Amino acid sequence: MSKGKFGIHGGQFVPETLMNAINEFEEAYNHYKNNPEFVSELNTLMREYAGRPSRLYYAEKMTKDLGGAKIYLKREDLNHTGSHKLNNCLGQCLLAKKMGKTRVIAETGAGQHGVATATVAALLGLECEIFMGKEDTIRQALNVYRMKLLGAKVNAVETGTMTLKDAVNEAMREWTNRVSDTHYVLGSVMGPHPFPTVVRDFQSVIGKEIKAQLMEKEGKLPDVVMACVGGGSNAMGAFYEFIKDKSVKLIGCEAAGLGVNNPKNAATIANGTLGIFHGMKSYFCQNEYGQIAPVYSISAGLDYPGIGPEHANLSDTGRASYVPITDDEAVDAFEYLSRTEGIIPAIESSHAVAHCMKIAPIMDKDKIIVVNLSGRGDKDVAAIARYRGEDIHD
Amino acid sequence: MTDIKNAFKNGKAFIPFITAGDPDLETTEKLLVAMSENGADIIEIGIPFSDPIAEGVVIQEADLRSLASGTTTDKIFDMVKKVRPMVKCALAVMTYMNPIFVYGTDKFMSKCKECGISAVIVPDTPFEEKSELSESCSKYGVELISLIAPTSNDRIKMIAKEAQGFVYCVTSMGVTGVRNKITTNIGEMVQLVKSVKDIPCAAGFGISTPAQAKEISKYADGVIVGSAIVKIIAEHGKDCLAPVCDYVKSMKEALL
Repeated sequence: MSKGKFGIHGGQFVPETLMNAINEFEEAYNHYKNNPEFVSELNTLMREYAGRPSRLYYAEKMTKDLGGAKIYLKREDLNHTGSHKLNNCLGQCLLAKKMGKTRVIAETGAGQHGVATATVAALLGLECEIFMGKEDTIRQALNVYRMKLLGAKVNAVETGTMTLKDAVNEAMREWTNRVSDTHYVLGSVMGPHPFPTVVRDFQSVIGKEIKAQLMEKEGKLPDVVMACVGGGSNAMGAFYEFIKDKSVKLIGCEAAGLGVNNPKNAATIANGTLGIFHGMKSYFCQNEYGQIAPVYSISAGLDYPGIGPEHANLSDTGRASYVPITDDEAVDAFEYLSRTEGIIPAIESSHAVAHCMKIAPIMDKDKIIVVNLSGRGDKDVAAIARYRGEDIHD
Repeated sequence: MTDIKNAFKNGKAFIPFITAGDPDLETTEKLLVAMSENGADIIEIGIPFSDPIAEGVVIQEADLRSLASGTTTDKIFDMVKKVRPMVKCALAVMTYMNPIFVYGTDKFMSKCKECGISAVIVPDTPFEEKSELSESCSKYGVELISLIAPTSNDRIKMIAKEAQGFVYCVTSMGVTGVRNKITTNIGEMVQLVKSVKDIPCAAGFGISTPAQAKEISKYADGVIVGSAIVKIIAEHGKDCLAPVCDYVKSMKEALL
């Protein structure tokens, strides 16, 4: 009877109050996903509003500098609102509107999903409320004001570690309080079924474009596709198209904070154990009594103690591998890409860039790496300056 | 195990909830004995969870206080086992899926049996996922309590058919916490349950006053109160025994 399984992971572990709402959402998704009118409406928004397809950019200077594999960057940072998050928000908000919902709520970590949700809510005329950990509203103050400009109400969550996990808790609580007119736009491939599937499907445009674009440029499949992983939506979107192409290595880059052996990290595959939380069975950073750990990363978007159930299964089956990247490595990559290619990546995406910098030099020159550059780094500039001890009066 | 069934034989049942280890386990131990002597028919023992998504602020804070004072699932079981002979009423555990799953579902239920705990309530595990618990529950004779909500509608009969112990009727939308007014049509929910199964129905989420309890007991077989009691404990700390007992007594009297 349990639905939405990826191997042993997934399921629908939510309060009874939400069951009819998620069943209704699943029915609506199944009804509309192949509905020509819906698909055409969504594709038009993706093209005209979001600016898709996003570029697949050959990072020539970086390739030459690292001296190994050829590096392509999938430029999700060029999407409207500055990250891949918009792909999912356009899909889910359009669905919510078809379902007759007049209000959307969402959690956000770095603020990218909150901004994307607020943006689409403004476009489609939906009321919008965002839940964001208080700690993150400080780290990402610029995005808080962006959401307000877009007409959304931002609730600073002051429970727990005051980060992404607590924002999800609070958004779920608010949804149980008001389901009849409200859709919860979950921002990652996590939570109860059908969210991991729906979000993956709306994000899978990333991998489909990578495949077509690389085929045009190089006439072949990439050897490696890599992306950063918090909940895992940009990674799942990039990976999904390639799961059946066994020659393509899939690598997720987790946030290791101060290091995998330091308690201040958020590397779920490296340090997590099997659990059931936030609607899903998956891996979580937690103690022996199932109390969720207060995780940490410099990146608010990856600062989450769990991982989407499909990633957990890709890890179990060995189809994808997951590597930990520390704060230091990510910040170095942030600065490296800025100077080398003139592209300032999000600190989240910088985790993937960092791993690329490790493996590209030891790969042959005829190999191809695609790094999913999930977001742009404008929002992180002030935080990186603080990290480097520079005062920019932000 | 007939503990739960017997709990509904002395008028309408009063079912208080407390978070174990708030403010400490010694106080919880005393509260179990005292509440059972002052009219509790079943006591719901909350095993604290770091991220209780069905709880309002009052119980969230109790969970955090308890965890901060070093409470663990093992320490709770040890305490309950020790005090069980002195507690006259039935006991149930309320917690989230993760603390049970990570402890080991089978081990958790065997501990419940060992400690004389008759039932478990797991608010983030709906009908569709109950197989995660049901095998171990039946192996150790621990009843798995089903919840129905104001949004359950067509799901009520499906859930009630397989319900055990009692049906927990969630009387308010949202999370736990005191409400001024209960607007849910509890009579209708209970009627739907009873149309498919003869099983007691207890109502909870938002109830705090004897008047509310009396009104709801016209339709339900029992009343569950959590946040109102946890609030008293938060106010009085280790000296909460007398005010909690007074409260429990007043609620049970309203139900007789």
